[in-house]
Amino acid sequence: MKLPIYLDYSATTPVDPRVAEKMIPYLTEHFGNPASRSHAFGWKAEEAVEEARANVAALVNCEAKDIVWTSGATESINLALKGAAEFYKTRGRHLITVKTEHKATLDTCRELERRGFEVTYLEVGADGLLELDRVEAAFRPDTILVSVMFVNNEIGVIQDIPAIGEMCRRRGVLFHVDSAQATGKCPIDLKRLNVDLMSFSAHKTYGPKGVGALYIRRKPRVRLEAQIHGGGHERGFRSGTLATHQIVGMGEAYRIARLEMAAENERIRALRDRLLAGVQGIEEVYVNGDMASRVPHNLNVSFNYVEGESLIMAVKDIAVSSGSACTSASLEPSYVLRALGRSDELAHSSIRFTLGRFTTGEEIDYTVGHLRTKVAKLRELSPLWEMHKEGIDLNTVQWAAH
Amino acid sequence: MAYSDKVIDHYENPRNVGSFDKADESVGTGMVGAPACGDVMKLQIRVNGQGIIEEARFKTYGCGSAIASSSLVTEWVKGKTLEEAAGIKNTQIAEELALPPVKIHCSILAEDAIKAAIADYRRKHGLGEAAGEKKVA
Repeated sequence: MKLPIYLDYSATTPVDPRVAEKMIPYLTEHFGNPASRSHAFGWKAEEAVEEARANVAALVNCEAKDIVWTSGATESINLALKGAAEFYKTRGRHLITVKTEHKATLDTCRELERRGFEVTYLEVGADGLLELDRVEAAFRPDTILVSVMFVNNEIGVIQDIPAIGEMCRRRGVLFHVDSAQATGKCPIDLKRLNVDLMSFSAHKTYGPKGVGALYIRRKPRVRLEAQIHGGGHERGFRSGTLATHQIVGMGEAYRIARLEMAAENERIRALRDRLLAGVQGIEEVYVNGDMASRVPHNLNVSFNYVEGESLIMAVKDIAVSSGSACTSASLEPSYVLRALGRSDELAHSSIRFTLGRFTTGEEIDYTVGHLRTKVAKLRELSPLWEMHKEGIDLNTVQWAAH
Repeated sequence: MAYSDKVIDHYENPRNVGSFDKADESVGTGMVGAPACGDVMKLQIRVNGQGIIEEARFKTYGCGSAIASSSLVTEWVKGKTLEEAAGIKNTQIAEELALPPVKIHCSILAEDAIKAAIADYRRKHGLGEAAGEKKVA
């Protein structure tokens, strides 16, 4: 077993060696520009791009023509939200999204607010899930688009996309779904879902970084204002020379995901349950987010009375991420956990474990043992733990905030 | 984030972890910070009849820099008079540990913890605040 152990698959995944192998010839040998129509180099590249497009479409059950290549999910989300808002602004200027969305969505919405659009940010329940009544109540006559993530990146909960899609379709409101964390983890069937736009990333599903895609429904047709101009590639939605090797990688990664997803999810679920059982053996541990409507890859837990950043520093043999954004210098606890109504302390003490294709049982067992030792050590250092053990209710203490 | 070697050393081998009896007359206790802000420091000093700090103990809930800052000050206050200890500045702590700008508040908290422990000891002995000394909770 090699240390450190990688348990941060929701941050990014390694490129599957099968994917890397498929990509390499498109860097050196088949280097043509897929837009070159006049020679074999171009034809070869175009053929590879279209094969990849078909593989991406097959994973989510849509037509290959509905897929537009981008540089990643962030760009896809920007194109979907800004593109739709700008195109449909004469119809209305209101959008609906969720407080626990990824920053790619939230920051894009902020930008749209600056451009004069209005955005409703929906609250979630303590389990991280949207209450459908609340979604229903948020629609206005001038609502043009709803954006909800399929799977949350921090807590792994799965939102009720079919039901929200139904609500949107009934009103003729566009529905965008951020599926960056969903591909290869839960089945996606765009023929059944009332989804108009869906964003994808390659690097969360064992493909390379720097490539993603946007599904744009053609029936009924969805129109977008392009955000990048210059050559009219990708049906005019996204200009720029296609990154053939990256696209080939994404296609192969999605092809493998389609074939192996079912078996892989069961294996990962067993490992996650083993990890959960292990951490639940530690006192004062709280699981964040609903456990039923959740991808098997994610476990987000708060270790009460231990500060998250020091815990991450202590468990240096395992690569995880903290719900606490201290490491990004903002000193703010996770906005996702805050939206769940978690106290600042619990939000500060959270760790996200995300498992993946190459996680082993041995790694999970080591992680559990490592956590037990380190949590005990930090609690020995913690004045809050001492007070808890003395029976003091920390909520009754007058703290000198700084 | 990259931590300095000194922060890592104090974090991995914290000095003087523990607690004294708060009710002991020779002990001064300072507790600063708040769980909501992500750090709480408890610093205790044991003062002898000559007004010299003989020993110090700490417990800290916080990031590695907060733990290192409090561990460091337990070493620094030892053998100092109350006045000398009260003169320790956060900038000295930050410099010694090479704290990055986002972690300066950890050193401020450690300075506040010393002052709070001294103030508690003085209160117990009816000594009041020394002139020019900032009062901290």
